[in-house]
Amino acid sequence: MTRKEPFLWVSVSCAIVALTFILLPLVEMLTAPSLAMLGETLKDRAVLRSIWLSIYTAAAAAGISFVIGTPLAYLLARCQFRGKRLVEGIIDLPIVIPHPVVGIAILSVAGRNHWLGQFMSELGIRVMGSVTGIITVLTFVGMPFYVNALKSGIEAISPRLENVSRSLGAPMGSTFLRVTFPLARRSILIGLIMCCARAISEFGAVVVVAYHPMIAPVLIFERFEGYGLKYSQPVAVWLVLVCLTLFLILRVLTLPGKKAA
Amino acid sequence: MIEIRNLHVHLGKFHLQGVDLTIGEGGFFVLMGPTGAGKTVLLEAIAGLVPVGKGRITVSGRDITHLPPEKRGVGIMYQDYALFPHLTVAANITFGLRYRRHDREAAGRRFDELVGQLGIGHLLDRYPGTLSGGELQRVALARALVVEPTVILLDEPLSALDQGFREDIRLLLKELHKNSRITFFMVTHDFSEALTLATQAAIMNKGAIVQTGSVRDIFQRPATSFVADFVGMKNILPARFDGTSADIGGLSVEIPRKHHNTTGHISIRPEDIVISLKPLESSMRNSFAGVIAGIVDQGFLYEIHVAVKDLVFKSFVTKGSAVDLALDLGANVQISFKTSAVHVF
Repeated sequence: MTRKEPFLWVSVSCAIVALTFILLPLVEMLTAPSLAMLGETLKDRAVLRSIWLSIYTAAAAAGISFVIGTPLAYLLARCQFRGKRLVEGIIDLPIVIPHPVVGIAILSVAGRNHWLGQFMSELGIRVMGSVTGIITVLTFVGMPFYVNALKSGIEAISPRLENVSRSLGAPMGSTFLRVTFPLARRSILIGLIMCCARAISEFGAVVVVAYHPMIAPVLIFERFEGYGLKYSQPVAVWLVLVCLTLFLILRVLTLPGKKAA
Repeated sequence: MIEIRNLHVHLGKFHLQGVDLTIGEGGFFVLMGPTGAGKTVLLEAIAGLVPVGKGRITVSGRDITHLPPEKRGVGIMYQDYALFPHLTVAANITFGLRYRRHDREAAGRRFDELVGQLGIGHLLDRYPGTLSGGELQRVALARALVVEPTVILLDEPLSALDQGFREDIRLLLKELHKNSRITFFMVTHDFSEALTLATQAAIMNKGAIVQTGSVRDIFQRPATSFVADFVGMKNILPARFDGTSADIGGLSVEIPRKHHNTTGHISIRPEDIVISLKPLESSMRNSFAGVIAGIVDQGFLYEIHVAVKDLVFKSFVTKGSAVDLALDLGANVQISFKTSAVHVF
């Protein structure tokens, strides 16, 4: 394409509009609070507690997705079976359901009127208004991202590598641990990051299941409702900064360039 | 001995239908066939990597039809070598050792021996991504052989290599086979590979075995026109037989012996047909006058198409001879071939 192509200029203009659309509000929000205000907010224990809660519930959701979702992703990537499309559709459901509906759906299972809710309450597990509830919701909304990312990652690994491993004497489990898992490491990580990112930004479903204890998005909403834009901005800035830093560290630590492979 | 009886596999578009094969213990078996014939599916069925619909596979008398791949003692090496990209060469080679009850010392000795024989000692700490085609090949061979399988399946092992490397690896394969008791089962579509390596061969087409025997046999006595065409017999002509002569579209050709049918085919390899400007005084009993109808450049050779009545015979002529004889389109020439060069089926 030469520089004089009108289409090129239309494309570039659209790209600039799109970038401005994303960056302008974010930059505006990040620069609105003064440094003094940001410092002040950091002394607020409620803010610290909510950010910490957001981080560790999201991490727990990613952890659960990792344990349950990894074998599931493998199954979907490698096996052909009747109803596979249906299973894939079910896994994608949490992505398309409106967030408050997710919360209400979870409560209808975890409530006293359902046998599962009763069973859990006999075991002393409370979902409504608890950390357990938050983690449940975040896993529900985050897991599809993990499963889908890992599934396409595994699909990209040649099944011949697994075949050779089997023919060399390795049973299926050992083949998964020694060949598939290490080769899918990058997709696992990307999946975990996406799952975490999705979980940490969840508001609608959490607010239905557990207004308290407050995760950061709920706290930001409460501050906005109670005190207005000015008071919610600093908390928002901290949440964004903490998230960005965490993801950056995670990426730097675990994706050390391309190996010789 | 590997025995395959009435094997059926249905895998998407590919079907194996009633495959029967017997491969001698410790032999070097070569399977040939056009692309899409189902050769790789057959390999994977023997290795236990695709589900078998019907039939039986036994190795040394042991029925392995329904055993998982890791319990069969059957190694497989793919065309793209499938080395583990996240492991070093040494880790690739020793990958399978932990699953077999090997004497550690013996396994170590075998590792050293193979590494030495294959000349890959200097590569042990490298990753597959940094190796050349020939090096990958050697590492993949070492990895498959170090666990001492009963059978090793090689899927077109030489096809991805440069011509120069091929010769080396071919000799290496021959030597590795000679020094071991492992049965080699190789897929290829290169006849020179088959001729130098195989003790036994088979041709496969459309999911079925169409001919088995020694390579020389298949090469010289193809059982069907498909095999004849596949092995490079260019002059395949329908014929009517009468005693030791065959009538092909009005031409009478002397054949080596009586044929049991009255109709069938004859074929003559193009290199067995001699072109001259005048009738030759030689022992060649079959000689016809014709006109050059086409000349195809085949690199070192010209493929000359000579029209005799309604038939076209194809012959190879070196470029030098073509110039000496001043062969050109429309030129009148004589073609001759020995009775023994005529293959009847």
